[in-house]
Amino acid sequence: MVLTVFLIVKLHNLFAVVMISGIYSLLAATFFVVVDAVDVAFTEAAVGAGVSTVLMLGALSLTTRTEKTGTRKPFVPLVVVLLTGGALVYGTLDMPVYGDPNAPIHQHVAPVYLEEGIKETGVPNVVTVVLASYRSYDTMGEVTVIFTAGIAVMALLAVGAGGRRRRKDGEDKA
Amino acid sequence: MSHHLVVRVVSKLLIPYILLFGLYVQFHGDFGPGGGFQAGVIFASAFILYALVHGLNNARKVLPDHWVRIGVALGLIIYAGTGVISLFLGRNFLDYDVLSQNPVSGQHLGIFAVEFGVGLTVASVMVAIFFAFAGRGHKIDEMEG
Repeated sequence: MVLTVFLIVKLHNLFAVVMISGIYSLLAATFFVVVDAVDVAFTEAAVGAGVSTVLMLGALSLTTRTEKTGTRKPFVPLVVVLLTGGALVYGTLDMPVYGDPNAPIHQHVAPVYLEEGIKETGVPNVVTVVLASYRSYDTMGEVTVIFTAGIAVMALLAVGAGGRRRRKDGEDKA
Repeated sequence: MSHHLVVRVVSKLLIPYILLFGLYVQFHGDFGPGGGFQAGVIFASAFILYALVHGLNNARKVLPDHWVRIGVALGLIIYAGTGVISLFLGRNFLDYDVLSQNPVSGQHLGIFAVEFGVGLTVASVMVAIFFAFAGRGHKIDEMEG
């Protein structure tokens, strides 16, 4: 996984970068399976390794296949990244041990969801219960985000292409 | 890509099963891993595969643009509409308890409806984005032959 990340940074052939990021998503999916997050792994494999690779290839066909080398010095971004990363690592020092049953996150609402979820909804998959019932507002927000993204892409790309296609069809007929 | 016989035959064999698997993930998400988001992507990937192999114009004949647009909006309407129905039945927005006689089956029905809305929107948006990108460039059309 680490190797793929360095390859993505190093390579300038964007075609290869897209392929490697697909491989990265697949590896991330296996990682999620290892930590028992099957639903997330499913999403990562379907979206990250599948559809987004195809969409990126589609985007590549509209632009060029090689990356332009930047002219700016990378020192300031490097400092920012190191500072942010350092702060995040410092934050993890305070976190409870992975899998600790006394961690705050396992004491708050999670036991209620796990115990009451199947009784209240009759749905055995707790992830689905939380996503679609207990946290239904959030999921509606997510669907709205996807809806907005789709509308935005259609507004930016599809309408112009549609007009051009219609014109071309008209010429073909004439 | 229409001259690649193996790709065409194999994709034709696979597409029905991809669609079936998408439906399985959609409607079995209550019991196993999966749900609307994953099912929508899998369902859309079948259409994207069809578009890659058989060309964008054929895919647009199978799934016309205005259907995709209707799907994008309809999924969100189903989701929000489920909430509005529970409002009209005298409970809070997206409180599924009142959708059926007893709260448990009401919850089940509500989750089912909401997941269906999610799946519809996600699948339509994925297909719409792919159509938008692919319909823009002529290189992809040339690659498809």
